[in-house]
Amino acid sequence: MQKETAISIRGLSKSFGKVKANENIDLDLYKGEILALLGENGSGKTTLMNMLAGIYYPDKGSISVNGRTVNIRSPKDAFELGIGMVHQHFKLVDVLTAAENIILGEEGKLNIKEANEKIKAICDKYGFEVDPSKKIYSMSVSEKQTVEIVKVLYRGADILILDEPTAVLTPQETEKLFQVMRNMKEDGKAIIIITHKLNEVKAISDRVVVLRQGTYIGDIITEMSDEREMTDMMVGRKVVLNIERPLPVSPTPRIIVDKLNIKDVNGIYKIKDVSFEVNSGEILGIAGISGCGQKELLEAIAGLRKVESGSIRYIDEKGDAEELIGLDPRKINDMGVALSFVPEDRLGMGLVGNMDITDNMMLRSFRQGGSPFTDRKGPQELASNVVEELEVVTPGIDTPVRKLSGGNVQKVLVGREIARAPKVLMTAYAVRGLDINSAYTIYDLINNQKKKGVAVMFVGEDLDVLLQISDRILVLCDGMVSGILDGRTAAKNEVGMLMTRLGGKADE
Amino acid sequence: MNSKNEPLFNIVRRDDMNRRKAWCIRGLAIVIALLLCAVITMVVTGDNPISVYASMINGAFGSARKSWVTFQNLAILLIISLALTPAFRMRFWNCGGEGQVLIGGLAAAACMINLNDKLPNWLLIIVMTLASISVGALWAFIPAICKAKWNTNETLSTLMMNYIATQLVAYYVVCWESPKGSGKIGIINQNSNIGWFPELGNKYLLSIVIAIVITVFLYLYIYYSKHGYEICVVGESENTARYVGINVEKVIVRTMILSGALCGVAGLLLVAGINHTITTTIAGGQGFTAIMVSWLAKFNPLTMIFTSFLIIFLERGAGEIATVFGLNQSFSDIITGIILFFIIGCEFFINYRILFRKSKKTAVPTVGKEDE
Ligand SMILES: Nc1ncnc2c1ncn2[C@@H]1O[C@H](COP(=O)(O)OP(=O)(O)OP(=O)(O)O)[C@@H](O)[C@H]1O
Ligand SMILES: [Mg+2]
Repeated sequence: MQKETAISIRGLSKSFGKVKANENIDLDLYKGEILALLGENGSGKTTLMNMLAGIYYPDKGSISVNGRTVNIRSPKDAFELGIGMVHQHFKLVDVLTAAENIILGEEGKLNIKEANEKIKAICDKYGFEVDPSKKIYSMSVSEKQTVEIVKVLYRGADILILDEPTAVLTPQETEKLFQVMRNMKEDGKAIIIITHKLNEVKAISDRVVVLRQGTYIGDIITEMSDEREMTDMMVGRKVVLNIERPLPVSPTPRIIVDKLNIKDVNGIYKIKDVSFEVNSGEILGIAGISGCGQKELLEAIAGLRKVESGSIRYIDEKGDAEELIGLDPRKINDMGVALSFVPEDRLGMGLVGNMDITDNMMLRSFRQGGSPFTDRKGPQELASNVVEELEVVTPGIDTPVRKLSGGNVQKVLVGREIARAPKVLMTAYAVRGLDINSAYTIYDLINNQKKKGVAVMFVGEDLDVLLQISDRILVLCDGMVSGILDGRTAAKNEVGMLMTRLGGKADE
Repeated sequence: MNSKNEPLFNIVRRDDMNRRKAWCIRGLAIVIALLLCAVITMVVTGDNPISVYASMINGAFGSARKSWVTFQNLAILLIISLALTPAFRMRFWNCGGEGQVLIGGLAAAACMINLNDKLPNWLLIIVMTLASISVGALWAFIPAICKAKWNTNETLSTLMMNYIATQLVAYYVVCWESPKGSGKIGIINQNSNIGWFPELGNKYLLSIVIAIVITVFLYLYIYYSKHGYEICVVGESENTARYVGINVEKVIVRTMILSGALCGVAGLLLVAGINHTITTTIAGGQGFTAIMVSWLAKFNPLTMIFTSFLIIFLERGAGEIATVFGLNQSFSDIITGIILFFIIGCEFFINYRILFRKSKKTAVPTVGKEDE
């Protein structure tokens, strides 16, 4: 088969101050190909793509598109060359509709009707589902992402760059996205996708390019490789990836949830009659498809959400019980019940982008002590620890968090939350956007907490991991308990069934 | 890239400008502004620019008295700018400095006029101080509580509070006018000097000392205190603040109370320490100038000493040019305006770069230069 080059990059370099984000990178992208870009957090993937999209300008090197050397100085240049990028942080105007967002920035007369037709044509062609008249603020993450992709296609992009599109999607949504990508590939478009999930790389890509510390390591044909080889290439040495599961040591109940009911603002039950308990020294995995109520459940325990009825009791080491419902979130927090929820918008909730790593560490602890002044010593130490333990790629702990790569931002957040040494640790999506090596480091950290006797509640979208790490698994379906299984014996398809149907039985 | 109506240049954001370069650009902007002003002055007055600038410096520092006045004005502007800063760091756009100063001054004047024979002087001064501070704080508290409770737009509500303050002052000026029918209050307690702030060495030093104290206090408050830290978190991201258990509403209200209280201090100094009277224009627009001073200093209290000095120097220098060369006040406003335009405008070149699209092959981006 004759392969036509869409983009060819030669000797591209880009530094931020002393940080060499990209160094001397060569890369080719062919038409009708899906290329996966793989690399650890901070290895320069986003930076490289941003140079193609006109966000950054290279220090050195050349880019040619369709065989012509070009100079991409702004996103507009990129568009005119047919390069469109979907960023991890969406750039949509909330109060406008999908269609308005899509045609935003177009020159010439605006004709909504024509635009709607064109949008519809694009959707039909590739199998998107978009309601052009829906406002962005009422959309789910996956819908927003679809709008971003349609927007790029609307402007006539032949070369698509997707920066970690799946990090915020559920497995079902991911599958839908992949189907669309395959359709686009059939149509001769060239696609670069960044993802940290190797199973996705296997599922969607034709070829893999690996970056490490800003340099190009090599490319492999996906079919001729496996996850192990990819990981080793990424990390640069052989790594062992396994999750241990030590037996819980003398588990005693820490949190007892009894007949809990939660309604959302529209009065719809999000959690219905849920009862379970969490023991010290054990990891309780919470499984369920997105929207099944895990988020609401955890928020209620942390005191961040109003409860209809039921009780949530916290049992301390001495066996004294205290009702958590109605307590101030800060009080609950002080009692040692910590929620580390990793939101879809990392910087929006939990971190402050313009503050440095130390100051972000302080967010949790700054109130301690009676002095009116802040103490930066402790947070500094914590910052250094987290940077070292989780291998955060940063010039120093005084770097503003916003300058870190996506995954490294995440490490700062999770590192801080886990290090709070709570009595009850609730984590949701802790490894979202982390490279595989870091993800396993996080699993280790969570296991360490468990060994210290912490009661852990773990929500994650990767069922395989959930099955490997949990002592018990609570399966939610539609806000109700669908089953509680032993993590050591549960089978994947059994959990899957419970997730989609209450009680797991097929209805006849 | 080859479309016909390609713009001549493109504006791209940059965040890689190092500090030295940024300060060079700022310096350059001032130099260019001064040159332009010199040309304009020359065209209008026919004088040589050196003497124009000499008279500017003369206006600010020509004599011991002039220098003291410069520093006193500097102190007042600095206090107001510092007062606005905590609110600004919280992204609460307090445009009500003017009103908070005025109302603080009015409170002081009210005490001086109505309590002059009821309290001993030292007690009166304490009462005045408390009154100014609490009324200034109240003026800031109202928009703050509206913002915290109903999320009203603080820019509008603080601005409206300004009008209320001005009208109140206008009303009381008529009530208290002396001599009757003059439409002015005149110097309050001119003979007894009751309620006048004691002089510290000379009559200018008190404001300066207070300004220094407030600067140090605010510097520590913003960068080293827990409150300052909370302000910063709330300003950057309310969601994050809530997530870590910061009571956002409380922080908003508390910070604005501080902001208003400090404005009240400025009003107090203007009335009891400097003018010993009150008019509707006693704040002289400094509540608004202070917004600029605070912004230019990037909300850093120490940098604010320099930015407020710059503004005061320009004002006094331009005023002097106008008098010496027999021009009216508007001319000095024009000069100040030009200089400020350049100083603020150059921030654009620090934050953005302009890419000209002449040659498509050169890979070197054109760096935005100061060409006006
Ligand atoms: N605007 C910036 N200012 C300073 N440094 C930056 C900036 N953007 C990126 N960097 C640095 O460049 C390096 C590469 O970052 P990049 O975002 O390209 O990583 P990445 O491969 O996308 O990582 P991730 O998987 O975590 O998203 C990082 O060390 C990062 O700290
Ligand atoms: Mg990235």
